[in-house]
Amino acid sequence: MKTTEPTKEPLKIVEDATCTFCGCVCDDIQLTVEGSRITKAKKACVLGKSWFLNHEIEDRAPCYLHGKPAPLEDGIKEAAKILYQARYPLIYGLSDTTVESQKVAVGIADWIGANLDTTTSVCHGPSGMAFQGAGESTCSLGEVKNRADMVIFWGSNPAESHPRHFTKYSLMPKGMYVPNGRKDRTCVIVDVRKTKSAKAADLFVQIKPRKDFEALWTLRALANDVELDPEKVALETGNPLSLWEDLMEKMKSARYGVIFFGMGLTMTRGKHANSEGILLLTRDMNRHTRFSCKPNRGHGNVTGADSVVAWRTGYPFGVNLGRGYPRFNPGEYTASDVLARGEADAAMIIASDPMGNFSQPARDHLASIPFVALDPKETPTSRAAAVSFSVATYGINVPGTVYRMDDVPIPLRPAFDSPLPSDLEVLQGIEREVLRLRSAEFR
Amino acid sequence: MAEDFILIPGRSSQQGCGINEGKFGETYQEAISFVQMNPDDMTRLGISEGETIQLQSDFGEVEILARTAKKGELPEGLLFMAYGDRSSRLMGGDTHGTGMPTSKGIDVRINRLSD
Repeated sequence: MKTTEPTKEPLKIVEDATCTFCGCVCDDIQLTVEGSRITKAKKACVLGKSWFLNHEIEDRAPCYLHGKPAPLEDGIKEAAKILYQARYPLIYGLSDTTVESQKVAVGIADWIGANLDTTTSVCHGPSGMAFQGAGESTCSLGEVKNRADMVIFWGSNPAESHPRHFTKYSLMPKGMYVPNGRKDRTCVIVDVRKTKSAKAADLFVQIKPRKDFEALWTLRALANDVELDPEKVALETGNPLSLWEDLMEKMKSARYGVIFFGMGLTMTRGKHANSEGILLLTRDMNRHTRFSCKPNRGHGNVTGADSVVAWRTGYPFGVNLGRGYPRFNPGEYTASDVLARGEADAAMIIASDPMGNFSQPARDHLASIPFVALDPKETPTSRAAAVSFSVATYGINVPGTVYRMDDVPIPLRPAFDSPLPSDLEVLQGIEREVLRLRSAEFR
Repeated sequence: MAEDFILIPGRSSQQGCGINEGKFGETYQEAISFVQMNPDDMTRLGISEGETIQLQSDFGEVEILARTAKKGELPEGLLFMAYGDRSSRLMGGDTHGTGMPTSKGIDVRINRLSD
């Protein structure tokens, strides 16, 4: 991709910039900005450095209609027309933009009676279902830093997905009740493969693939003094009962335990039942000591997407507004299903790449319908869109608010301006045009 | 010769950095171009480092490079690859009422292209 030459402007330092690559949303980054390029990102991890240093001003038109550059206003009109004329429009994505943009996107979905879904459905959507069934014994990352003397990671590999998780929040920091930092904490990692994170563990437990549910319910049984058959436990989990008994003793003797879980639970056999198992285990542990549980969220503002969609519709994802009121049903109103079943007849994809990561039947259907895409980068989705908007990057060019994985709202401190529109501006334009079409129809 | 395995797609540092550089860029394309295998599985099947193999699931098939996983990282019978176009082609569209396709723990068969 061709980029513009950096301008000869004096160096600018941005203190406490916010990284929005992953759900850790680290807000202590010091950026060195030279013109329209970030040249240093102090304190950022490998993913954060890559995030800040690779979002320059790309030489792209703000809008493409069927692959050809077009005026922004023409794109906005065409996008609104596609969405307004559709009988079953889908609005999807939203986890890599600000809550301000998410709010407008939900508004558009409401006006046009769309099916609304976020990348949560292919991330921790099953955990969202489990929260409704089991509740959530939750905490902030600040509590983890200051209190947790036992930290368990289950089906999560923060060394590669959230590289500062250990050092900023969960293992290394010295906290109020863990003054010696790492020395005061016990770390357990449970996974089907020995990931790069396993090196950080005091105890690594490798379980059989697709047996998380059985392993979690083994621990639940032990927490509730239920007698277990050692042979069955070993057969089902790949580990002897004595290992699970030892782990349960460690968990009971912790003063403050926390379990972080990842998509190793939600994407594999069991899905929401796995998440429910870990939430119920956390609840069980609170009969013995204090325990909390948090999903390790992936995208920078996927937590904000859950919050905004829940605030505006009553449900966190997979919401259908076609009847003029919200209906929630994962498996029916979630994007992957709506597309794979060939139901949507138009779509708007915001900051997401379903053409790159959905199942083939879903991708085939999306390719067959007119759709609108908004993304700072060129992706398989933006390339295939009837209307594609190249937008400025949130947190680097665009201000706003994002929610960290523990539901703490954090402001963005952008580094430099972009000539490209923000997705907020594009979405506000589409909403205005939808309302104009609506008012013309009902005049 | 073909043998059944369980495939775990997931995040890798290289894949995450590649997204930032751009999905059509070299880093991302390289990150999603290979599958990691237990060294004993490779020896047993006679697959050499960097050989192109075919992974086949009930829903699709892809050609991909085979690479040896670090010792102890993967048990026999388990494969790992970075999320991306190839791993998605092996997923089914059914989400079993959850919205989430089974994206990890996918049953796949390894077919050697030279057989």
